[in-house]
Amino acid sequence: MSLGAASITDVALDTPTFGEIMRTLTLSAGFNARVVVLSAALLGVSAGVVGCFTLLRKRALMGDALAHATLPGIALAFIIAAALGLQARSLGVLLPGAALAGVAGVVCVQLLVRHTRLREDAAIGIVLSGFFGLGVTLLSYIQSMSVGEQGGLATFIYGQTAAMLPRDAALMGGVAVLTIGAGVLLHKEFSLVAFNEDYASVQGWPVSRLDLMLMALVVLVTVVGLQAVGLLLIVALLIIPPAAAAFWTRRLRTMVVLSALIGGFSGYLGASVSALTPRMPAGAVIVLTGGALFIISMLVAPQRGLLADRWRTLALRRRVAREHWLRRLYEAQDLAGEPVAIPVRQLASGGLGLGSMVARADLKLSGLIETEQSSARLTDRGASEGARVTRNHRLWEQYLITYADIAPSHVDLSADLVEHVLHPELVGELETALRDRRALPSHLPDHTEREAGATE
Amino acid sequence: MTTLPAHERASPRDLAERPEHSPESPLSIHALTVAYHRKPVLWDVEFEAPGSRLIAIVGPNGAGKSTLIKACLGLIAPAAGRVEFWGGAYRRSRMRIGYVPQRESVDWDFPVSALDVAAMGRYARIGWCRPVTRAHKRVALEALDRVGMSDLAKRQISQLSGGQQQRVFLARALAQEADLYFMDEPFAGVDAATERAIIDVLRTLRSEGKTVICVHHDLQTVPEYFDEAMLLNMRVVASGPVGDVFTRENLVATYGGRLTLLDEAAEALARAGGGGA
Amino acid sequence: MSPGVATFISLDLPAMLAGTLGAIACALLGNFLVLRRQSLMGDAISHAVLPGIVVGFLVAGSRSTWPIFLGAGASALVTVLMINALRRIARVEAGAAMGVSFSIMFALGVLLIEQAAARHVDLDAECVLYGQLEYVNWYPPTDWGEFWTLDTLRDVPRQVVVLLGAVVLIGAFIGLFFKELRITTFDPAHASAIGFSSGLMGVLLMTLVAGATVAAFEAVGSILVIAMLITPPATARLLTDRYSTQILLSSAIATVTGVGGYFAGAFLPSMLGLEGVALNAAGSMTVVGVLLLIVAIVGSPTHGVLARALRRRRLTRQIARDDILGLLYRLEEVRPDHELLEDQLRGAIGHGAQTRPALRGLVSGRHVERSSQKLFLTESGRELAKSIVRSHRLWETWLVEELGLRADHVHQTAERLEHLRADGQPIEPESPGRRFDPHERPIPERD
Repeated sequence: MSLGAASITDVALDTPTFGEIMRTLTLSAGFNARVVVLSAALLGVSAGVVGCFTLLRKRALMGDALAHATLPGIALAFIIAAALGLQARSLGVLLPGAALAGVAGVVCVQLLVRHTRLREDAAIGIVLSGFFGLGVTLLSYIQSMSVGEQGGLATFIYGQTAAMLPRDAALMGGVAVLTIGAGVLLHKEFSLVAFNEDYASVQGWPVSRLDLMLMALVVLVTVVGLQAVGLLLIVALLIIPPAAAAFWTRRLRTMVVLSALIGGFSGYLGASVSALTPRMPAGAVIVLTGGALFIISMLVAPQRGLLADRWRTLALRRRVAREHWLRRLYEAQDLAGEPVAIPVRQLASGGLGLGSMVARADLKLSGLIETEQSSARLTDRGASEGARVTRNHRLWEQYLITYADIAPSHVDLSADLVEHVLHPELVGELETALRDRRALPSHLPDHTEREAGATE
Repeated sequence: MTTLPAHERASPRDLAERPEHSPESPLSIHALTVAYHRKPVLWDVEFEAPGSRLIAIVGPNGAGKSTLIKACLGLIAPAAGRVEFWGGAYRRSRMRIGYVPQRESVDWDFPVSALDVAAMGRYARIGWCRPVTRAHKRVALEALDRVGMSDLAKRQISQLSGGQQQRVFLARALAQEADLYFMDEPFAGVDAATERAIIDVLRTLRSEGKTVICVHHDLQTVPEYFDEAMLLNMRVVASGPVGDVFTRENLVATYGGRLTLLDEAAEALARAGGGGA
Repeated sequence: MSPGVATFISLDLPAMLAGTLGAIACALLGNFLVLRRQSLMGDAISHAVLPGIVVGFLVAGSRSTWPIFLGAGASALVTVLMINALRRIARVEAGAAMGVSFSIMFALGVLLIEQAAARHVDLDAECVLYGQLEYVNWYPPTDWGEFWTLDTLRDVPRQVVVLLGAVVLIGAFIGLFFKELRITTFDPAHASAIGFSSGLMGVLLMTLVAGATVAAFEAVGSILVIAMLITPPATARLLTDRYSTQILLSSAIATVTGVGGYFAGAFLPSMLGLEGVALNAAGSMTVVGVLLLIVAIVGSPTHGVLARALRRRRLTRQIARDDILGLLYRLEEVRPDHELLEDQLRGAIGHGAQTRPALRGLVSGRHVERSSQKLFLTESGRELAKSIVRSHRLWETWLVEELGLRADHVHQTAERLEHLRADGQPIEPESPGRRFDPHERPIPERD
């Protein structure tokens, strides 16, 4: 049996034309396409909002257990409805069954954690596989009974956008409104509980009821999303958009909005691509779209993105190494009264490795040192740089000594000048202290003096 | 460029003026800086530990004490500086260095007995893939005996009290037969009897020529238990023999002026008969 | 051999063997996942192998083993690396890192399956989830004499052979790295500090998990793999506190699950009178596994719910008994001609449901006498009561004298301490020669 969750267009086109693309994207490619794309987008928005809170609550994978747990509910609902002679294949029968089973799954996870020595990860895994296994068993029972109509049950596993109706879009819309509303009204409460459960409880918030509410929202989104993306992938919509949003910001309100946008956009774009191209199951494409947005966010985001982070770390490491060399050379020079050559081996604190070679090349290229054989010596420019660095270092040290209780959080290694971080009066005070100890470097380049307000 | 005469020059903290560390020292830390993003956690730490000593590292919360130990053990990469053990890198002397981490770092529900945990200290000697022989188990049992836990050797660790768990950790380090020990708050949250047992073990270690470096949280007991102390608040405020280092001035510089605490400490010092302010 | 046995050997036995061996392989490895609290890595890996399997399938064009194995292995490795990178470098939270990684990989797999179908390469999507044990068949000769020949054994289905190899390999791995696995799972920081790289052991473990997943995948699908990675070790965890016992027990439980589950799926419906119904083997094995877990949760002698409830009840009953005796004794002290009605007892002692049984126990043990609804201490009862009250008052004395507590603060604590037992006797602190407690009440002599 193949997936059947393929393109909703009947004609198997190889590549869509530009016109077709534009029509789909602007929701004018036909009623069916419009329904699917709109529904997927709305689902993405809801999942993005709710997923933010579960991610913060560190319960991201609970949604996975919940989704897998819906399967036996669907099967049981079918069996019972068929036995009662009802229209067994209808959504009105199956979705409530799914919801109940999902809730039962979450309750089982809590019970396992509370009453046995098993941890939450094991409990989630047990419920996930156990419920799903039960569902699979029940499905096989249904299959071998000749009740007919049972072929479609498995579509809940992978999703089946081809069967979506306008009513489904309306349902998604309603759910989106509900989740957004809940997010707006309760974001303060949800975030308090997510951040510090004990504190929230002590402050009088009904923690378990809030958790229950959040779980109810997850159940809602999951059950509604079963048709669009299937239960295996719905959890992706609950995890990927919030995780992507987290790279851009840590402020809750912004994160929720961003997550909703990313989720909605993934739904929109993914469903459109799936509609345009044959053999592209909507669920998979939506998730992959979200994944692409996640990877982009991870790399590119300015504050927390990987590239920015790597850059900052490397820059810091380079700076620290440079300053270490410069300081050492300057102090020796200060002592001797004239430029001193120091063997590189002594300068390199980590031994003679890649780091020391890079530092040496770096300083040489910047014209701050001269090397002869395996020793280094400051140039004139290097001497002024060395003076600045040493002054900075000693000022920070003096600050740490004098204000031991508050200083640690204010020291900033990447500041060129202490003045850039600390108040000029404070700096003046520190300089006086240094001068009394005869520790203030006496040769400062002009631009430093001008910037520091000529405190000499 | 005008310069100042040598005798008027500044702090001995200058890189150029720091004495070379002896290659015989169990531990020498040179200009160690550890940074998390832009904020330094440890700043230019310089320290040399002699043999046969009990050394305390004290400082306020967040001062970088645990970070210092982790950086020494290679668990955290420094931004600058180096750490040497008997003149060489950590890798070379690994077997001579023992580590007693904080109790919270472990899941105490794990299905092992006290003896199993103590025997883990021998694994480095046993090497990869070889079994734990009876001889090694005997050493582990002896280590448990030294901390007064030999009766409870077969007990599951989940059934031990906090003090007993701490002693098991200590036994694990003792079973290693190391020469230098790092301990992260070994006295935290233990009962009085356990505390006495631990300090007895430490004193025995010292008499055997070992060096023990402890992150310690209780200022009052530092003069009584330890020979030397390092006052750490991101930077080393002072280090050396307890009597010299545990002065009011140094304590203020470390803790930033919380007076009651320091008054007690100064009093403890006076009681212990040490000098100081 | 009879046709029934022949059918069993050709159709059922290989499937059962494949399922059971797969269960054992997963259970063995799963112990370490559960102990490291990384159970969901099993979930992640079994979802993540899908794209690799499809690629291997497309490349090989048929169901030959090696391309699929390699593809699945590569897929799993990529996922593990992705998860680690997300956690360590991008500092994504653990659950989210797993969720993001495996759902991207799984979506990719689903997409590839659909694309493969377009090229008329049919990979059944559902067999991904629960395998196809019914295709694991073996057709040995029906004559027992020719059964054990090399030709016959060579015909043993590939899946069974592969899984047997997997079990052997995993067993060897655990045996070889027994102590390394233990130390890196228990305390990774300490292990790394003394030279046993926790990272390396972790990578080896995950590689083997990926291998077991792939080996079992074809026969039993991903759902059973996840179930067997977690459920038998979890069950074993509840039954024992010893590391080696847990590992052995988990494989025994996996065996029972495999065999029992297969039987339940294949033969239970007909036994229940439902003709023509066959339950999915992987599904029924999973369900049996969970049932065993529930049995352990409820019935485990050490950690089971029943056992704990029983212990609690026994303790409450002992405390109730002590309190009844204590109450009667104190009444006798104050009013020698007391009369305590049985009905008044429940109000005086707050132990609810256990009061009646406790009293019954005392009466049948002849420590308390019941006549016309009034209760009296017997001689033996008075002796018991004396030792309890003595313990209580000695504790009060000790608390005041040794710990310096105030006399009006010690009663509650002494109330609790008096119930402590050593060798069946109440524990008493040392209090040489004291005759009266802090409330001026006499301390009963010890006989």
